[in-house]
Amino acid sequence: MRVLGLRKAPSRRKGVIPGFGLCMGVTLSMLSLVVLIPLASVFLILKDFSLHEFWNVISDRQTVATYRVSLGCAFTAAAVNVLFGVLLAWVLTRYKFPGKRILDGLIELPFALPTAVAGIALTTLYSNKGWVGSLFERMGVKISYTTVGITIAMIFIGIPFVVRSIQPVLEKLDAQYEEAAAILGASRARTFFKVILPEILPAALTGFGLAFARSIGEYGSVVFIAGNIPYRTQITPLIIMNKLEQFNYPAATSIALVMIVFSFIVLFGIHVLSARVNKIAGGGAGG
Amino acid sequence: MKGKITRWVLVGLGVLFIALMLLLPLAAVLVYALRQGWATFLSAVTDTYAIKALQLTLLAAGITLAINTVFGLFAAWAITKFRFRGKQALTTLIDIPFSISPIVAGLVFIVVFGRIGWAYPLLEAWNIKIVFAVPGIVLATIFVTFPFVSRELIPLMQASGSDEETAAALMGARGLRIFRRVTLPHIKWGLLYGVILCTARALGEFGAVSVVSGHLRGKTNTLPLHVEILYSEFRLTAAFSVASVLVVIAVLILILRNIVEHKLKREERL
Repeated sequence: MRVLGLRKAPSRRKGVIPGFGLCMGVTLSMLSLVVLIPLASVFLILKDFSLHEFWNVISDRQTVATYRVSLGCAFTAAAVNVLFGVLLAWVLTRYKFPGKRILDGLIELPFALPTAVAGIALTTLYSNKGWVGSLFERMGVKISYTTVGITIAMIFIGIPFVVRSIQPVLEKLDAQYEEAAAILGASRARTFFKVILPEILPAALTGFGLAFARSIGEYGSVVFIAGNIPYRTQITPLIIMNKLEQFNYPAATSIALVMIVFSFIVLFGIHVLSARVNKIAGGGAGG
Repeated sequence: MKGKITRWVLVGLGVLFIALMLLLPLAAVLVYALRQGWATFLSAVTDTYAIKALQLTLLAAGITLAINTVFGLFAAWAITKFRFRGKQALTTLIDIPFSISPIVAGLVFIVVFGRIGWAYPLLEAWNIKIVFAVPGIVLATIFVTFPFVSRELIPLMQASGSDEETAAALMGARGLRIFRRVTLPHIKWGLLYGVILCTARALGEFGAVSVVSGHLRGKTNTLPLHVEILYSEFRLTAAFSVASVLVVIAVLILILRNIVEHKLKREERL
């Protein structure tokens, strides 16, 4: 049975289950129509664009400044999220306390809340007249329309990725290693750093990667608090949007291509890492 | 004793983080929405443009949900019930929209259907508008939520294996019957879970839709875009009033999601 060059490998069961051709056909045609063909069209636009022009656009001073803002803020936010993600995952898997299920459910709020709503809420909250912003204003710290604000929005959007990456690994982690460490006289802190941390490190890094990737691409929750000041608080998705509004499609597409390539690299890293995590969570401890 | 203190400090820190980072923005939306009383709130929410935006949001989410559920079921069946070369590559390709910025997702449709796109002459000949029109909004929403259903189904169907389906097929059951009687009971909670995640994202999508919408009020404005317009016009109370409708939907989705996840976990344990 052949569908678009994908051949069914010889199976022990000789394929009694029906529907391979139909399912493969529907899957591949929908995937091509919705994702692959539109993505490939990016290159069609760039074919009239010389390599020199392309390079000029993506290495323009203002564009490079946006990479710095996006990468820097996303990195800081992901690092903060790993810290609190480990803490929250630990608290949620190891302790019993009132309201635990509500706390667990709330973690996913950033996935459920429309990003634009989060964006205007955070901006107002952290502006110099907002509940939190006015407190910091007195200390001379501005949050909205600075990189601090961008970072806070990225922390908001990234936290569920880290918690949900670490939680299953902690749940599977066999308590007997910790008991053994305790019996051998290790302190609780030492047990955590020597026994537990190495086990959850790959999962934490996966969570870091996912939160980092999402933060770089994120638009809705970041755009309002960023304020779009060139060289200072302009993020990469926003400069693409600006170029689109000026109908400068080749420039917008060129910067978009940089983002696509970058997110593929991050995605590849995550795939390699999560293969290791699956080994730990699946077969390693307990069962 | 020392363990107990550590424990409460850690729980306290976790609760504080969630309260400050997640709950405070939520509370802010509701407080700002009702700051000028119920009358102002109601007039913003029942405004003609707000209602039209809500209708478009629901329409786009509905079409997206139907298409992505069909795709998710077919893709999961193809990937988990058969062995073929390039399976890993296919799974990775399906996951692409997850890792792409919503702005770039919107841009790819401009590049295909916009004035500079290769499909533009064709559309013009047939007098169809996609970009800066409703079809573009629907397409962009489908793109960003494309893997949501299949991603939930694939691990679930992989774990349950294909022995039961093989047995049913050997006994002479046809494809649809096998799916309905054998596979569906196993995956129903997982399917519902994927559908809920897809709905949440489809209702709230902003970046991708913003690129292809053209912001025509009453025509190509979704609810999140309407919030943005009100906010940029400094009509803050109106913006937060409309946003609070989305907050209520989000909280309902969150509760539903947790109930379904609970059922799913219980089923996995059995």
